Amino acid sequence: MKQFIFTFALAVLSVAAFGQKYLTQSATIRFFSSTPMEDIEAVNNQVSTAINAENGEMVFSMLMTAFTFEKALMQEHFNEKYVESPQFPKAKFKGSIADFAKLNLSESPTEVTVTGDMTIHGVTKPATIRGTLAKKGDKIVAVSKFLIVPEDYGIKIPGAVRENIAKEIEVTVNATYDLINK
Amino acid sequence: MISSINKLIIGMLLLGAMPLAAQDDDLFDLLGDDEPVTQYTIATFKSTRLISGHSVETNSAGVLQFLIGHRFGRVNSGWRDLYGLDNATIRMGFDYGITDNLNVGIGRSSFQKTYDAMVKYRFLRQKSGAENFPITATYVASMFVRADDWPHPDRTNYFSSRINYHHGLLIARKFGESLSVQLMPSLVHRNLVKTEEDLNTVASMGAGFSARVSGSLRVNAEYHYLLPNQIASTIGGENVKNSLSLGVDLETGGHVFQLHFTNSRGMTEQYLISETTGSWADGGVHFGFNVSRVFTVKKPKAFKE
Repeated sequence: MKQFIFTFALAVLSVAAFGQKYLTQSATIRFFSSTPMEDIEAVNNQVSTAINAENGEMVFSMLMTAFTFEKALMQEHFNEKYVESPQFPKAKFKGSIADFAKLNLSESPTEVTVTGDMTIHGVTKPATIRGTLAKKGDKIVAVSKFLIVPEDYGIKIPGAVRENIAKEIEVTVNATYDLINK
Repeated sequence: MISSINKLIIGMLLLGAMPLAAQDDDLFDLLGDDEPVTQYTIATFKSTRLISGHSVETNSAGVLQFLIGHRFGRVNSGWRDLYGLDNATIRMGFDYGITDNLNVGIGRSSFQKTYDAMVKYRFLRQKSGAENFPITATYVASMFVRADDWPHPDRTNYFSSRINYHHGLLIARKFGESLSVQLMPSLVHRNLVKTEEDLNTVASMGAGFSARVSGSLRVNAEYHYLLPNQIASTIGGENVKNSLSLGVDLETGGHVFQLHFTNSRGMTEQYLISETTGSWADGGVHFGFNVSRVFTVKKPKAFKE
């Protein structure tokens, strides 16, 4: 009987661990391009992202047309000419958080490294991204800042505006995940 | 030792866990990532004007567009006038986006010293994905007031006699990423016409296209067909003709440059539809250009820190 209870408890626990997932549909991704000519900033507040707490897997998905720019014309150029949203509507990331099982998340942010594949403009590239994770109650808060090079993803910047758009774009991620039981 | 009942439970739990494990293969499913989304068609045309007449495009909310258009004299006016370059007319105007779909505008043409005001509303948008719609449609209404010296000494100079109106329905579709086509049935109402044979309200059917040649270069055409037997009198001894304009768009950052040849002297629908007299066959065409620049007057919410 002891064995039975033990096995049962183990099984229930493992099922509970299977269910540990964190999700948000309203993460924020900003990008920022700075040149002597001008600064360009865009914000997307409708980014979907999830973490699987069982294996440290992390995914992001966002609509390129949901990026808002200060100038409407920039938004049109971004979608029409640079990321070509009609053909490539979404950017995605799929990766895993290194040593996630060993992390003891607390309220103070813990440095983490996420390795995976980033897809922008239909081009997939391996990417290693540093950031922090913190646990606040049932929520996980993720923050990251990194650089991407548009050229790496086959995004062509025409000569006329090459001086206005930075070679490296700074990307900032802010996500607050809710625990879901599924 | 594990009893047989325990084996059974482990087996059942493993079976139960399998679908969960399968789900874990794609965390993207959790994001609802496979659901189709609606994508609105963008940049059907590069400017709010096709060449001289309106396109379906509107300025976004809070965007002010400054437009300058020039039309030189006729190319066939000879070398003494440098093929028309000595003889330019200009229109300056401002269009403003009250919402993404509703625009208002004012302008002033040196030709006949005409002031114009317009309101423009985009009421249908082409979209694809979760929701589909094949066309973008915009309604534009304009009013023109000429402020030059009264040119009809035999007629009473009523203020109302100086006013003309235009109503246009603009229907456009973007095919793929490089071809956009527009139809524009229009009415022009003239409060004063020369003879009783001239209709006050004339109808026309317009058509145009814009084809993308490379990233920032497009080729454009705009044609207005005036339905027959509406205008009997001549202007400066010449019959009123259908308006045909051919040109290119060059886009550089915040500017759009449009260069074109047209047989219309004026840059608004009143002139395009009811007062075009140049003849393409005789070289009676005008070289012209438009420059437009947009300014963000009101920033979007996300940037109001």
